[in-house]
Amino acid sequence: MTAVLRAENIVKELGSGAGLVVAVKGVSLDLVPGELTLLMGPSGSGKTTLLSILGCILKPTSGSLRIADTVIDGLSAEELAKVRRDHIGFIFQSYNLFPTLNALENVRIALDVRGIKGFAATSRAEEVLREVGLGHRLTNYPRNLSGGEQQRVAVARAIASSPSVVLADEPTAALDSENGHAVMALLSRIAKEQNRSVLAVTHDPRTLGYADRVVRIEDGKIVGEERRPEGIDSPEITDLTKRRKLHA
Amino acid sequence: MVFTLALRNLLHDRVRLAVTLVGILFSIVLVAVQLGLYLGSSRMITANIARSNADLIITTYGAKSFEDGGLLLGDRERHQALATPGVESVVPIVVAFAEWRKPEGGSSRVVLIGADADDQGLVPWSLTKGTIEDIKAPDAIAVDQTYLGELGIHGIGDTAQVANGRVKIRALTEGIRSFTQSPYAYTTLNRARQLLGADDDRSTFLLVKLAPGANVQEVQNDLAHRLDSADVLTKDEFESRSLKQWLFRTGAGLALIGGAILGSLVGTVIVAQTLYSSTKDHIHEFATLRALGSSRGYIYKVILAQAALSAVMGYILGMVIALLILYLSRNSSLPLVMTPGLAFWLFALTLFMCAISALSAIVKVTKIDPATVFSR
Repeated sequence: MTAVLRAENIVKELGSGAGLVVAVKGVSLDLVPGELTLLMGPSGSGKTTLLSILGCILKPTSGSLRIADTVIDGLSAEELAKVRRDHIGFIFQSYNLFPTLNALENVRIALDVRGIKGFAATSRAEEVLREVGLGHRLTNYPRNLSGGEQQRVAVARAIASSPSVVLADEPTAALDSENGHAVMALLSRIAKEQNRSVLAVTHDPRTLGYADRVVRIEDGKIVGEERRPEGIDSPEITDLTKRRKLHA
Repeated sequence: MVFTLALRNLLHDRVRLAVTLVGILFSIVLVAVQLGLYLGSSRMITANIARSNADLIITTYGAKSFEDGGLLLGDRERHQALATPGVESVVPIVVAFAEWRKPEGGSSRVVLIGADADDQGLVPWSLTKGTIEDIKAPDAIAVDQTYLGELGIHGIGDTAQVANGRVKIRALTEGIRSFTQSPYAYTTLNRARQLLGADDDRSTFLLVKLAPGANVQEVQNDLAHRLDSADVLTKDEFESRSLKQWLFRTGAGLALIGGAILGSLVGTVIVAQTLYSSTKDHIHEFATLRALGSSRGYIYKVILAQAALSAVMGYILGMVIALLILYLSRNSSLPLVMTPGLAFWLFALTLFMCAISALSAIVKVTKIDPATVFSR
């Protein structure tokens, strides 16, 4: 399958002189549609720095990056913002919702920055919020939502503009077990049903069951990669599906 | 969404919004009062010139204002003017400071204006009591009702001593104020001369009316050539000369304009400070927007929308208070003036002030690193 995101030999140096740190050391990585990839590693291993580079937020010191046929090397800050707008959806550990906007408006603003406005934006925002199970919480403000619900609003915001790549930074770190599983199931479903590439940075072992692929990073280098054999469903996904059926 | 986010950011911290609005309000009121006074003063200074029925005004050489003519023009100048091609009529008027002795003791100063109503050169307007015909009566005089107390009189029928003779109040006007704080007192030409002890042919100004079709510029040049000891000015030229004298040579206008500039500076600083601190508080949200792919322009729009919303709210509140002050000053000797033009320019100034204030916040967001979204 053709990679929607291809990183080759990415190096990222932070600081300078005696304080120079090489956070990412020659990482190559492909993301293909329909897969949920986990990037796992201990604290300080460079996984968030790598995520920032793959998300066109940080520029690599060297190496090349291509997202959906766009070569990223040498692009200006505004051009990188356009790549993010056109191809990438972000999910953050602390949700990063706008406290002054309700759930619907939090999703609408992500569409607004992409030039989708008015009725089209409202109906699309409603649609994705229903997809993540928040059709009844449209007008609730973040302060009135649970952590799991806030993260689901963040997921809805990330997928609202149908990006080809969804990048998640520790999406379950601030959630309890049930909400963590629910969010991971949602990300897995987004990858499968909407044929997107989803990459989640995590060190949460609960997330392993949802992964199609696990990439391990240590000290700025990829040290291993595991792939789930085809045809085997993750038990967590099966459990959640059973639970949903029972609720229904 | 830009305006929604901007409005919510403003309303999020109501204390800060209140401080911003008070800053704008204070600024608007100060600028409105200063410019209102400037406009009111300008109108007072030029009112009699603007009301005079003349295409050209002959003044003594170097006369700086309407009150500064002296009594130096005579029949010689009048006849020379009448003999100039293109001149249809030449009406003499007398304008001079005179002592006004109050009936119950004490004295004050007035600007005595002598002009014959039949000549249609300059007659008092906005009469509230009495008529132009009443002013033609022996010893008649008209003053503005604002100054009754200052002149020590109560109304129609009261008498006073002006310079060399007695006068009787036969008419009252409303709204003819004097910038010099010496009230205008209107009487006939000859009575003014008698009161001032001037010769029968003496006048301060000669109001020139041109024949139909005459070229103003040509006649002005011709008159200036013939009258070497006088100035020949259009009404606009004389108005601007008077304004220059009273507003700029005395420094009064500069003080008013300086106050207006100071007001807008204070407003700009307050709005800049609050917008900057609001942007700083919402910096993570702007970084999130940036990470989501928004252009810098989009974020600038949010900040400018915050500035514009603050401007509109502050302007409305400021204008309500400014109009209240204007209403309360209507009967004072120095009333404020508000015109649609001034209201429009005040709004433009408020928007400009808030846009300039937004610059510091814009500089702040220009430096946003979207990578900070991962460090919260």
